[in-house]
Amino acid sequence: MNEKMIQIPFASQEEILALHAGDEVLLSGTLYTARDAAHKRMSELLAKGEPLPFPLENQTIYYLGPSPARPGQVIGSAGPTTATRMDRYTPQLLDLGLKGMIGKGRRSEDVVNAMIRNGAVYFAAIGGAGALLSKAITQSEVIAWEDLGTEAVRKLTIKNFPAIVVIDAAGKSLYT
Amino acid sequence: MYAGSSRNVKEISAHRITQAVQELCIEANLSLSDDMKDALLQAQQTESSPLGRSILEKLCRNLEIAENEQIPICQDTGMAVVFLRIGQDVHITDGDLGEAVHEGVRRGYEQGYLRKSVVSDPIIRKNTGDNTPAVIHTEIVPGDTVHITVAPKGFGSENMSRVFMLKPADGEQGVLDAIVRAVREAGPNACPPMVVGVGVGGTFEKCAQLAKEALLLPVNAHSDQEHIRRIEELALEQIRALNIGPAGLGGTTTAFAVHIKTYATHIAGLPVAVNICCHVNRHASREITA
Repeated sequence: MNEKMIQIPFASQEEILALHAGDEVLLSGTLYTARDAAHKRMSELLAKGEPLPFPLENQTIYYLGPSPARPGQVIGSAGPTTATRMDRYTPQLLDLGLKGMIGKGRRSEDVVNAMIRNGAVYFAAIGGAGALLSKAITQSEVIAWEDLGTEAVRKLTIKNFPAIVVIDAAGKSLYT
Repeated sequence: MYAGSSRNVKEISAHRITQAVQELCIEANLSLSDDMKDALLQAQQTESSPLGRSILEKLCRNLEIAENEQIPICQDTGMAVVFLRIGQDVHITDGDLGEAVHEGVRRGYEQGYLRKSVVSDPIIRKNTGDNTPAVIHTEIVPGDTVHITVAPKGFGSENMSRVFMLKPADGEQGVLDAIVRAVREAGPNACPPMVVGVGVGGTFEKCAQLAKEALLLPVNAHSDQEHIRRIEELALEQIRALNIGPAGLGGTTTAFAVHIKTYATHIAGLPVAVNICCHVNRHASREITA
């Protein structure tokens, strides 16, 4: 396989535009995890005009709620959750500068339009491959909302994390 | 105290139920049954899409890593669905049976480093912190043993499951269409390749439970009723043609099996439930004897 090596956060918009639906990639760098409960809290903070616990601009969110790490492990099982459930919150985050998302499953038309408008990319990680994907995560730190347990926001460092561009910044989707 | 029949009553301690549930929760989340492993391995040979084959290869590697390094196969270690088949000659001692099951889940999810994915109230949504309560299905059957199956159910696929209250006139074609529609709508969200459990007949809740039970069947099992087996085969064929493929990115491996369980139903109805499971179709069983 000819995977493209991609560094995140992206250094330029051109790098995002060079990604096309169907590209297999290996992602390295840093990103933030957030799923249902964290998205709800972000949305509530934004509604009140308050700052988010992490910067959105140019960042990537991984829709992940990992299983607990055993002693000596960085993280437990760490595969993607269904992105579709985040669709209600996502356009607003894209308009605030979010550039990448990693998850699995379909996105709404509103999300795809916001991706095109802002030049963002949606990667699919393989659902149900959490043990394998955990090996590509080299650091994990809870940075907000520890009370949410698995749904807390984590900052992850990843190295050669396998993913597939499933919807690109032109709105082209690999899903039928 | 049970005059006449007391000699035949076998006592089984609730502590043994707790212990078994605890171990089964961990076992089910770290390793798939051999039939599911074989299905994934075989699919690598038959899948037509190169990307699909690459994904299946990663899924097989994922199973090896999970087993060797004791990392759950999937981070969604599920809501614990526990099936109890209790012999009618069994007397459970040393405590409350339901609590014994919940305690087994509590211990298994903690000791197995499994994710706690249960919220106490569907609207307030506060995590219970120990993955309890379990969903418990109890059946009283002839005999003097307790048979326990723990089937942790992830919600990526559970969310894509459906109940259709069809009309008798919809018949075989209606059932077939309902199954294929549910799988098409599930698409990439349900983490294909899937296993499709179907319940046909009974009432609203009976067909849903049959569909859940159908997921426990060996992946290569077929209905022993010819007319039902034909629907299973046709459904699998039509699902294959949907080109959903591994991870929903195209290909021929969309479902490993369609299992249909049936029950008698009312003259006015044809209930159909389609319970979709991802490729991580987990279940582990044990029989406890006195």
